[in-house]
Amino acid sequence: MDRFRMILQYFQSNSESVMNGICGLLALASVKMYTCFDFSCPCLPWYNMAYGLGIMFIPPIALFLCSLILNRQSLVMLEEWRRPLGHRKKDLAVIRYMCSSIIQRAMVAPVVWIVVTLLDGKCLICAFSCSVDPEKFVGFANVSPVQVQQLLAKVPCKDDEFMRNNTSRKAVSRYLRCWSQALGWSILLILIVVAFLARWLRPCFNQATLLQARHWSNYIDIEQKIFEETCCEHSRLFAHKCILHFFESMRQEIKQHSFSLPGHGEEAEGEEDLLQGITDQEQVNKLLKIWYYEKPPLDVS
Amino acid sequence: MDKFRILFQFLQSNQESFMNGICGIMALASAQMYSAFDFNCPCLPGYNLVYGLGILLVPPFILFLLGFVMNNNVSVLAEEWRRPQGQRGKDPSVLRYMFCSMTQRAMIAPAVWVSVTLLDGKCITCAFCTSVPVETLGNASRRGLSQGEMKQVLARIPCKEIYEGQELVANEVAVRYLRCISQALGWCFVLLMTTLAFLVRSLRPCFTQAAFLKSRYWSHYIDIERKLFDETCAEHAKSFAKVCIQQFFEGMSTDLAAGHCHPPRKAPADVAEAAEKLLGVTDQGTMNTVLKSWHRCKPPLHLHPPALLSSNGWAGQKQPPVQPPVPQSKVTAYYSHV
Repeated sequence: MDRFRMILQYFQSNSESVMNGICGLLALASVKMYTCFDFSCPCLPWYNMAYGLGIMFIPPIALFLCSLILNRQSLVMLEEWRRPLGHRKKDLAVIRYMCSSIIQRAMVAPVVWIVVTLLDGKCLICAFSCSVDPEKFVGFANVSPVQVQQLLAKVPCKDDEFMRNNTSRKAVSRYLRCWSQALGWSILLILIVVAFLARWLRPCFNQATLLQARHWSNYIDIEQKIFEETCCEHSRLFAHKCILHFFESMRQEIKQHSFSLPGHGEEAEGEEDLLQGITDQEQVNKLLKIWYYEKPPLDVS
Repeated sequence: MDKFRILFQFLQSNQESFMNGICGIMALASAQMYSAFDFNCPCLPGYNLVYGLGILLVPPFILFLLGFVMNNNVSVLAEEWRRPQGQRGKDPSVLRYMFCSMTQRAMIAPAVWVSVTLLDGKCITCAFCTSVPVETLGNASRRGLSQGEMKQVLARIPCKEIYEGQELVANEVAVRYLRCISQALGWCFVLLMTTLAFLVRSLRPCFTQAAFLKSRYWSHYIDIERKLFDETCAEHAKSFAKVCIQQFFEGMSTDLAAGHCHPPRKAPADVAEAAEKLLGVTDQGTMNTVLKSWHRCKPPLHLHPPALLSSNGWAGQKQPPVQPPVPQSKVTAYYSHV
């Protein structure tokens, strides 16, 4: 249990590791979804290709969009990109850095799905069973073209009455599976090599700019969080003051009608300071508008 | 169990993640409910469509309503919508924001049900088995059946044990066909939902960010204000009750001292405090009288100041008209410059 708590705390410790955590979870969810999904090839000439390729490519798109939605930093980046200039310049390098880091993380789950699909083989067998050259396989070599399409389309369905003990079906299936797994492993190898090179060669190019971009993107994220927390704190104090004033005015009304009741002590001076002079609706609205339209310059000297 | 508790604590760390937690739990519950549900296609021509579409569409509607019920903010929204204007104007954009965010969260569990149903395939197989294209999949001309009879035969596709149309169209072929269509619809639905969610989330910073910040602030404010008000009232009621009860006991003790001519016993110094706390009630008979009085003749909700009490005592005094200092509705005075 302690381990669980430590893991959760570790992932909450900073926004980078939160994003890595979400990325990992989505990758696991992607594998789980694939294993739970009941793949059933239609075994009909045109439907096979549509179904096979659909299952290989539509879920990755959905997973990619899901990663973008779940990742808080994508919103922060969009806000930074679209905000009016105000007193603070926009640094395109920072926005580019944030964008690339978001997209890299979002690509993990879709790639995991595609690789798992290829290594398993069912999708490719279903999609390309009709595109195989029938001359290579004994059972399909001397059949008329129309019939051969129908037969090849039934290859992915092991339990079909025509295909139950057909050795040519097994041959086609093995052939396609071999291609599928070769493709899967190659993609995996290429991606790992690219990631490795990118990580190792990055310090050779523009390391200083990278450090700056990373620092300021972190800063923007933290600033956003603290602004939200400060707003929450402010609204709590605002509400407290509002209610106290309400009670005070009720007390004053009662004072007018009956005996004087013992008054309460002075309100805490500290809370006046925390409200920082922002004490009505118009002022709060103005504050929020100015925060959006004219962010203050990055200069606290 | 421990893991559950830690997960709960993690999710409760702030309001947003609490609501997201509830969403996630409902989505999981929705998937679990589907797998626990025992689907039984009726295999009759008219009933199949009704049953299949019913299972596809009615539980999501129920889950959607449940999503609203389980959301604490529904009553806040309703209160804010129905309150009289008073001295505080109503902002429709705040109401819209609250409603939109509740609706978005309530849509997740129904979307999960519909996706899982479509990806599983049983509902669509049951609902549309009579619409299978027999010409392409099988041999329509073989048996020379009328429309009605063909529909009867096709309606039994989901029920393999009683299906007699094997030479018309093979059962596995039809089931595979319908399943393929169902799964394609399912994945398209999932893609559509994620695209919509993505668009809703990403278009907001491009167009309405300033208005969004305002609405979010004031909707949080309304929620916090309500909670703080309840807390303040509870604190007030506690102090009120303490003083009220104290005065009651003091009144009873004065009464009993006057009635029975019992001088208050002089307690030694070290137990003086305890005796003070007993407020003059020191034996069973007295206590019973006190309790009976409390039940039959509760004091009015009016805290007279201490000066008045010492001069007039309790019994027989005509109380001033009861005016509960408990806070009234929002229509009455708000402090104007807040």
